[in-house]
Formats: sequence, structure tokens, C-alpha cells
Amino acid sequence: MIGDFVIQHAPALLIAVPMLAAFATPLVGRLGGAARNAWVLAAMAATSVIGVMLAYDVYTTGTLIYTFGAAAPDAAVPMDSGGIPVRIIFTVDAMSAFMVIITAISGFAVLLYSMASESRASGRDGFYALYLLLIVGILGMVCTGDLFNFFVFLEIASLAGAALVAFRIDKGVAVEAGLKYAVISTIGGLFILFAIALLYGQYDALNIAVIASRMQFTVLDEIALVLLLSALAMKAGAVPMHFWTPDAYSMAPSSITALLVVASQASLYGVFRVVFTLYSVTLDYAVIGWIVIVLGVLSMFVGVTMALVQKDVKRLMAYHAVSQTGYMLLGLGVGLAVLGQPAALESFGLVAMEGGIFHIINHAMYKGLLFLTAGAIIYRTGARSLDKLGGLGHSMKWTMVFFIIGALAIAGVPPFNGFASKLLIYESVFLFNPILSIIAMVVSILTLASFVKVFHAIFMGPRQPEYAEVEEAPVPMLIGMGVLAAVVIAFGFAPQLVVDAIVAPAAAALANQGSYIAAVLGGV
Amino acid sequence: MDLLPALETGFGFWNPLIWLGVFAVALVIAYLIWTFGESGYKRGTEQTKPFISGNPEPAKGEVHLGGGHLYWGFTEALRGYYDRVVPLHTGVLNDYLLWFFGIAAFLILIVGLI
Repeated sequence: MIGDFVIQHAPALLIAVPMLAAFATPLVGRLGGAARNAWVLAAMAATSVIGVMLAYDVYTTGTLIYTFGAAAPDAAVPMDSGGIPVRIIFTVDAMSAFMVIITAISGFAVLLYSMASESRASGRDGFYALYLLLIVGILGMVCTGDLFNFFVFLEIASLAGAALVAFRIDKGVAVEAGLKYAVISTIGGLFILFAIALLYGQYDALNIAVIASRMQFTVLDEIALVLLLSALAMKAGAVPMHFWTPDAYSMAPSSITALLVVASQASLYGVFRVVFTLYSVTLDYAVIGWIVIVLGVLSMFVGVTMALVQKDVKRLMAYHAVSQTGYMLLGLGVGLAVLGQPAALESFGLVAMEGGIFHIINHAMYKGLLFLTAGAIIYRTGARSLDKLGGLGHSMKWTMVFFIIGALAIAGVPPFNGFASKLLIYESVFLFNPILSIIAMVVSILTLASFVKVFHAIFMGPRQPEYAEVEEAPVPMLIGMGVLAAVVIAFGFAPQLVVDAIVAPAAAALANQGSYIAAVLGGV
Repeated sequence: MDLLPALETGFGFWNPLIWLGVFAVALVIAYLIWTFGESGYKRGTEQTKPFISGNPEPAKGEVHLGGGHLYWGFTEALRGYYDRVVPLHTGVLNDYLLWFFGIAAFLILIVGLI
């Protein structure tokens, strides 16, 4: 009974549960820290369960439409609306479900970790309220089928994210990083709002499926495309619009950094939704595909080379996050570039897209894990400079093991998950353009070199006198890291299962604009 | 094998179980080589102390190379690249926004002209 209700209203509950829990958190917090922690954990667990149930439903029955305020949730187009779906509609296809899964896993694991990592800090009522609002923003962005609604959720995620980056106000630099994130996110949001206005002015609709079905690719549409593409690529951290990323990622509490990775991926999802679903057949695939590819290659190379010279462990990892985003852009960019060529799409384009999409979830898991290990080190030692740390392998053995798993995964070393998705990218991109594939491999080698440096600097060497009293990270932090490490290993050992179950349907959903439109407009 | 099918890339395949099997064989070989090694090793004795040309061993805190000392050769070889790219990361918000606007303007030209 309850299960049926949850499945029927899963898209609404996915937003309602964390949002209501967020606003109630300060009230529950008045009952005490234990009650608040139990409240937010229960809310996040419920959100994750609803998310997984929703994703399962989508993968088994197809794209799910949820119309807010309608007599029946799947009644997207009212009888008297002139064929326009006027209500807010969530359109959850396989790509959206894929992003929901990422958020569900990361959100719960990171929250568990934060129970210990934030235990010594004050203001946790507000912290967890913002945490849940960030989850709301991410889930809304990836589920909505309405452009203005997308903008609203993007703003929720941006504001919550900026507040969380600056949350530890005793560190002036954190406030500066939060301010930068807030300003550049707001400017990006204005770009997106202006683009939406351009599209609304022409097509009298805000629904993605309706606009896609009417798209003429006028000059105004071209401007809207560029505004959307540049703003969302900036929010995803693509080079050369990535400058905010190391500032925000490195100064945020480590648990928040892990979640900011997922928030950036929601923006990346926005890039793919815009080019594959909103514009798709109207685009010059080669031009837009190559724009995405160039952004990807720049992100990969500049990200990893900047990481190599960093001495702050979190700043280094932030640059690697930029670099890894490049792989996703490369894979999806190649898929987009050959979208109009059925033979090439069949031969390698879809595999490139699958590689890029697979890398999104892999990256969320291993990069989240790496940020959490960095957070555990900072939590225990209070240091973040690679020149000051050392010898922690003697006292933080579990953290070291989790770091090794994450580091090998991000470097694309078998048998971890990063290798599987990178292999798909290497082999498919090679057929498109061998030079791109070679660059991707070189970047992986540099990534490994960079993490060898981090591993050596933090864990190797004799026990340092100043860290003689350092102990292993608290158990909740280890459990949070353990959950992500388990996913990294499981996805590495069963890559084909993951690809068949959630990645290939997501790639197919992106590549098939017609099915998305038909799901909302009923075959119009 | 069916429980964990190989990853089909369209051009080949990747099976982590085969990799694991090869890795296990490599570990066995490594163990066998290790067993041929010196058996007189005694922990905590003089023989385990580092030999630094007869010089006394420095304090523990002084022998660890920090991360900043690694890859000097690499960065030095790419000095021309790093001299141009690192200064772009000014930390100034105005610069971040200028790059953002610049890229958007550039993309409008590309999309509009091609």
C-alpha cells in the first residue's frame, strides 16, 4: 500500500521529503544534536530509497511523467491547454534516473561521513538544513522536464552550495571562496534565465519536450544555446571557466566538497540535456560536438597539469575533478559529433557516450571517496599541505587503504571502476580521432603520477613526531568512505552489469530525442 | 563468468576476473622469489638501520620528502607552459567572470559563423 503510493508519487516525494526535512531541521535541532542527526539521516535515507525505487521503476517501465497538480500524474497535457503542458512536469527518463542514483548513493554516504567530520563544529542545524537543500536542488535539476523549473532548482543548489562552502566563517578564505561561487553562479544563472526567456518568447512554452518539438534554430535559439552551454559548462567546471572550482572545492568542508562534485555533475547533465534533448536534430552536430570535445580536452589537460604542481591536498584534488570532467565531455562530445551519422553512432558513438556517462557515476564515487579521505586527514592532523604531512600510513591505515582505492580508480588502473569507463572512452574515441584518445591516456598517466606524489607525501615515510598522536578516522567517517569504496570496487568488477543496467539505457535516452518528446506529448 | 560478464567495448573486451587470476599468479611468483631471499633478517637490529655512507641517521622528521619536492624535473621541462598557465589562475573574481564572458562571446561567434 505504502509502497504503491511511494512509487506512484516518487518524483514529488523525491523533492518533498528532503525539502520538508531541511526546513524542519532547525526545529528538530532544538531537541538536541542526537535527535537532529537521526532526523537528517532518516530523511536522507528515505530520499535515497525513494530515488532508487524511482530509478528502478524508470529502468523497468520506461520514462516516467509526473505532472504536478493534475488529476492523474501522467496527464501531461490538459484538455483545454491547446496542446501545451502548462503545469510543472517532471520527466524522469533513464538519464535522469541515472543521475538520481548517483545523488542517492553519494548523498547518503557523505551525510554519514559528515556526522563525524562535523561533530566538533557549531551551527550544525543550519549546516544540515543547507545540505538537504543542496540535495533538493540536485535532484530537481535532474528530474524536471521544465526549463524554468530547472533554473529554480539550479539556484537552490547554487545558493545552498555557496552557503556551505562559506559555512565555516572562522576561515576568511572560505567566505571568499563562497562569495566567488555565489557571484559566478548567479551570473551563470542569469545567463540561463535569459536563454529561457529567449526560448519562451519564441515558443510560448517552458516545457523541454514542447520547445524541442518546436525548435527552429533561429538566431535567438543560437544565442540561447550558447548562453545555456557556457553557463552550464562553467558550473560543471569546464576549462577555461573552471577557476572557481579549486577555490570552492578546497575551502568547503570535505563532506560538502564530495557533494559539490555531484552538484557540478548535475550541471554537466544540464549540458547534455540541452544539446541532446532540447536542440538535438536542429544542431550542426559536428560543430557543437567539437565545441564539447575541445572543452573536454582542455579540461583534461589543464586540470591534470595544474594538479601536478599543487601542494594543498584538497586544491590538488579539485583540479583533478576538473580533469575528470573532461573525460565525460570528451565521451559525450564524440557521441554528439556523430549523432547524425547512424553508422558511426552505431560503430563507436554510443560506446563513447556510454563511457562518458559511466565515468560520471564512477567519478562521483571515487572523487567523493578521495575528498572524504582528504577530509579525514585534515580532521585528524589539521594540516593540508603536502610539504607538512607525512608518515600517516602508520596510524591511519584504513584511510590509506581507501585513498589507494580512490587513487587507483581515478588513475584508471584496473580493476577499479575508473578503468572500465576510461577503457570505453579510449577505444571508442580512438576510432573517432586517435589523437584525442592518446591525450586521454596521457592525462591518465599524469593523474597516476600526481596521486603517487600525494600518496608518498601523506602516507609514506617514517612516523612524523608532530603526528605521533594521530589516530585513525572516526568510525562514521570510515563507514562513509567504505560505502563509496565498496561501490568503486563493485563497479570495477562488474562493469558490464552496470553498463547494461543503468548506463546503456541512459545513453540511449540521450541519443533518442524523439522518445523524450513522445513521452511528454504522447507521440505528437 | 556469467555472473560477472566481460565488459564489451565494441572492439574488444575486459574481464576483471581474468585480470584477478593473472594478478594472483603474479603474487604467487613474487612470493616464490621472496622465499629465495635472505633468511637471516632480524627486525630491530643494526642490520635494519639505513646506511648513509657512514653518516648518522637524521631525525625522523627530517628524512621525509614532502610533496612539493616531487616532479621538479617535469615542471621544469614544461616551464614555458606553466609560466603561462599558472598566472592565469589569479584568484580574482573579475578575471573568472571575464573568462566566462569571453568564452560565451567566442562561442556565439563560432555557432553564429559556422
